[in-house]
Amino acid sequence: MSLLNVEGLSKFYDGETKVLNDINFEIKSGEFVSVIGPSGAGKSTLLRCINRLVDINEGKVLFDGLDVASMKKKELRKLRTNIGMIFQHYNLVPRLTVIENVLHGRFGYKSTLQGVLGMFTEKEKEQAFHLLEKLGIAEHAYKRCDQLSGGQQQRVGICRALIQEPKLILCDEPIASLDPNSSKVIMDYLQSISSEMGITCIVNLHQVEVAKEYASRIIGLRKGEVVFDGASQFLYNEQIENIYGIESRELITV
Amino acid sequence: MNEKQMRKNRWQTTFFFIVIIIITYLSAAITNFHFIDSVKTIPKAFEWILSNLIVSMESLEKLPQILDKLGETVFMSIAATTLAAVVSLFLAIMGSKTTKVNNFFSAIARLIASFSRNIPVVAWSLILLISFGQNSLTGFLALFVGTVGFLTRAFIESVDEANQSSVEALTATGATYFHMISKAVLPQSLPQMLSWILFMIETNIRSATLVGILTGTGIGYMFDLYYKTMNYNLVALITLTIIITVILIELASNKIRRVIL
Repeated sequence: MSLLNVEGLSKFYDGETKVLNDINFEIKSGEFVSVIGPSGAGKSTLLRCINRLVDINEGKVLFDGLDVASMKKKELRKLRTNIGMIFQHYNLVPRLTVIENVLHGRFGYKSTLQGVLGMFTEKEKEQAFHLLEKLGIAEHAYKRCDQLSGGQQQRVGICRALIQEPKLILCDEPIASLDPNSSKVIMDYLQSISSEMGITCIVNLHQVEVAKEYASRIIGLRKGEVVFDGASQFLYNEQIENIYGIESRELITV
Repeated sequence: MNEKQMRKNRWQTTFFFIVIIIITYLSAAITNFHFIDSVKTIPKAFEWILSNLIVSMESLEKLPQILDKLGETVFMSIAATTLAAVVSLFLAIMGSKTTKVNNFFSAIARLIASFSRNIPVVAWSLILLISFGQNSLTGFLALFVGTVGFLTRAFIESVDEANQSSVEALTATGATYFHMISKAVLPQSLPQMLSWILFMIETNIRSATLVGILTGTGIGYMFDLYYKTMNYNLVALITLTIIITVILIELASNKIRRVIL
């Protein structure tokens, strides 16, 4: 059964500039999909339409059969609880400790009072440490996040997304600010999340090689339109040229 | 920016300097202010200060009374500032671009802030004096209102400066509005806010003296009383205690600031 259905999705900013134009695709549970495309193609906007961080102008996004565009506040919270998100700049609260940042992922399950007072159950705390251990940063649990390296911060971000127990994880350029070594570590973790835990992943990338290596399926965006959608082994130079609009050998591949 | 614009900008700076010089000259001419003459009176003023404002042994007997009033003034300033800080926090969260609930409340919060800020504390104390009479509540309220205006403005800036990205991340986890405020916005802006509160306590202790003169309360009232009865020895003692207090408070708040930032 498909987890996510995007039908005729369009998005404008200021009522004019069209960022996304008639996007259609379907994602099955457990898939590892990579969205590639040049800067400004609408990759980030596409991800943010799925968990409604930006509003949808036209078309439908169905998550688990429910229409995202028409959701009210309460349903929207529930939707976001089911969807984890990982960001390019990690988006942690820099002055708080690692463990506090990880536990922020549980807010979707908390009442306002429980959240404000920071009331977390023993089980949640254990789960948080378990995840930190799994991602190899348990020894930093009580450090402030701004003392960590980029790669470590991104792993905290992954823990925060995982503790939500999501069905889907959206990754917005998770390795764009990292060095090649940390990038590999992060991508390996994302792959194991998908294969071991069966969580569906949609990863925005701008490194074509990385996308081809990790993703089973690739969606290519160009100027807000899907120009490629298929298994990654069918992404040939011709298609890459079509996505990026230039000769592929001019692309600096990292 | 192109070359033409850059040249224009440079010319503008020169133009503004010329305008400022002309305005300064005109204002001096209109008000009969002679800079050289006023500088000449400075030695004379110091002569007066040195011969009159001397702390005598006799005036030291009044010290307990002075310290009592000074304590009253200091605590009033602290109370007015901290209470104003609580109100300002709410107004700032309502008024800030990142945390506002809607534009209407944001505009109201900003309006309250600018209204209470743009009327000077001196004017507030005189206005409140009419309605509340000569007591310490008047002084308290005057400081309170002025502080709310200033702190709201400062807090709005602190909240705006807080990293927007962690707010986005918390929203994405399904957190509520209050989760986001208490766990993403406040942890980031609180140190800066505390720093502003300390700054305001210092400022308010200074203005409390002036407000006291106007509303007849605290240390300001004593200062006014002895000044008008020409008991300059006591005036000197009061001034000295105020200076020492302000310096002590400043040292203390600098220390606190270093710890929290």
